Amino acid sequence: MQALTNRAKVVDRKPMTFIERLYLWNILKGMFITFSHIFKKRPTINYPEKKRPFSPVFRGLHVLNRDEEGRERCTACGLCALACPAEAITMEAAERKIGEEHLYREEKYAARYEVNMLRCIFCGLCEEACPKDAVYLSETPAPPNFTRESFIYKKEDLLIPDPTKEPEAFKKAKGLS
Amino acid sequence: MNIDWILVLEKFLLIATVVTISLVIAMYETWSERKIAALLQDRRGPTRAGPFGLFQPLADGLKLFMKEEIIPNSANRFLFILGPCLAMMAAMMTSAVIPFGGTIEVAGRQVDLQVADVNIGVLYVFAVVSLGVYGIMIGGWASNNKFSLMAALRAASQAISYELAMGLSLIALLFMSGSLSMRDIVTQQMAGDWGGFLGWNVLYQPLGFLIFLIAAFAECNRTPFDLPEAENELNFGYHQEYSSMKLGFYLFAEYINMFISSVIMATLFFGGYDMPFFNESAHAHWGNWLALVGIIALTLKVGFFIFLFMWVRWTIPRFRYDQLMNLGWKKLVPLALANMVITGAVVLWLNDK
Repeated sequence: MQALTNRAKVVDRKPMTFIERLYLWNILKGMFITFSHIFKKRPTINYPEKKRPFSPVFRGLHVLNRDEEGRERCTACGLCALACPAEAITMEAAERKIGEEHLYREEKYAARYEVNMLRCIFCGLCEEACPKDAVYLSETPAPPNFTRESFIYKKEDLLIPDPTKEPEAFKKAKGLS
Repeated sequence: MNIDWILVLEKFLLIATVVTISLVIAMYETWSERKIAALLQDRRGPTRAGPFGLFQPLADGLKLFMKEEIIPNSANRFLFILGPCLAMMAAMMTSAVIPFGGTIEVAGRQVDLQVADVNIGVLYVFAVVSLGVYGIMIGGWASNNKFSLMAALRAASQAISYELAMGLSLIALLFMSGSLSMRDIVTQQMAGDWGGFLGWNVLYQPLGFLIFLIAAFAECNRTPFDLPEAENELNFGYHQEYSSMKLGFYLFAEYINMFISSVIMATLFFGGYDMPFFNESAHAHWGNWLALVGIIALTLKVGFFIFLFMWVRWTIPRFRYDQLMNLGWKKLVPLALANMVITGAVVLWLNDK
C-alpha cells in the first residue's frame, strides 16, 4: 500500500547492537529527553487567577436587557419561549399600570421570566428571536450548584443592573469597565 | 561504674537530630518527587498549599492520619502491625553509622557528627538494609491477600538478588580502602589531590559505582525496579491492604531509604562530606565552620542523588520480572565479580611494586 504520510517507519528487526544491548546508553538518552522538558514552557494556565479569553461567539447565561433609561425591554411576547428548542423558558405577562412607565418600556411586561439552565442548551435562538433586543446570552458560563431549584433562574437573577441607579454594576455586566 | 553522662546526652541529641532530619527530608522528598515529576512532564505540580505547594507534605500527612484504620478480618493482627514498624525501623537504623560531617567543638568537647563510628560500618549498613525485607515480607504475608503475598515474594527475591551484586561491588571498594569504617573511607578520600576530588572512589571504581547505583535503586524499590509495588499489575502490591498511617509508614520508609542510600552513595563513592577543590586540612582553624562546609557538601551530593532517583523514576518504565532477574544474576553479579577480581589484582600489583 502506498504510504499516506511520510511519518510511517519500516519495522526494524535487526538484532540489537552492542550499545543497544548495554541499555545504559538508551537510558541516558531518555533521561536527557526528560531533563530537557524542565526548561520547556508549561501549557498550564493557573485557572482561578488567570482566565483564558472566551471566543467572541461564546454563549453563556442569559441576561435581560434594559434600555438607556433603565426600563426593562422585555414585552413578554413569548417568541423566545417559542423559539427555544429545549423549552427552557417560561414567562407570565402582565399589563403595565399607570405610574410604572419608568419601569417597563412597553405596555406589557414579563411579570415572571424563568430560564431553566438545566434544560437550556445555550443555542442562542432566543436572542435571535427577540424583537425587542431584550434577551442576550452573556459570557458567564453557568456555575455549578447542588440543587435543581437553583438552576432555575428567576427574573431577578437575569435582569441586568439598572444603568441609572447602579452605573458601575451595569458597566461591569456589560463588560465595559 | 563510671558512666560518661555527657557522652550519653551528646549521642542522644545526635540521634534525635539525625532522626528528625531523615524524617523531614523524607517529608520533603514526597514534595520534591511531585514537583520533579511535574517538571519532567511539563506540569506545575502542587502549587496550592502554601508558597510553591511547600505545605503539601503536611496536608498529605494530615490526610493519612485522618483516614480510617482498617485491619482486614482475616489478617494476622500482630504481624500486620509489625510489618510497617519493621520497615520504618530498618530505614531509620541505617543512619547510625553514617558520618554526616567532620568534628565540631561544643563547649570544649570534640563531637563527631556521626552517631557511632563502628569499625564494621559498611557491614552494619548491609545487615540493617536486609532487615528491611522483613518489613515488606511480613506486611505482605500478614495481609492474607494473594496480590500482597506475590508482591512480597517478588520484593524479597529482588532484594536478595540485588544485595548480592551490591555487596560484591563494594568488596572491590573495600580492597582499596582496607577499612569498613565509613569515617575512614571518607577521610581516605579527602586526602586526595585537588582538595580531595582526585581521591573520590568513583574515579577508581566507576563500574563498581554503577553496579552499586543500580542495586541501590532495586533495594529502594524505585522505578525501574518497583515490582513490589507495581500499581497496575498487583494493585499496589504488599501494602494493598494497608490504610491510614500504616500505609504512610511504608511509603515513608521508602523515602527514608532513598535518602539513606543517597547518603551512602555520596559517602562511599563521592567523598562524603568532602568539598571538592577545597583543602580541608589547610583550613583547620575554621573550626565549626569547616564542619558546616562539609555538611553543605554532603547535602549537595545527597540532593543530586535524590534528584537522580526521581529523574530515573519519571523516565524509565518498569522492568518485567524475568528481565529484572536476568539483569541481577546474569549481568550485575558477573560484572561485579570481574570488577572485584581486577581490582584485587591491581591492588596486589601496586602493593608489590
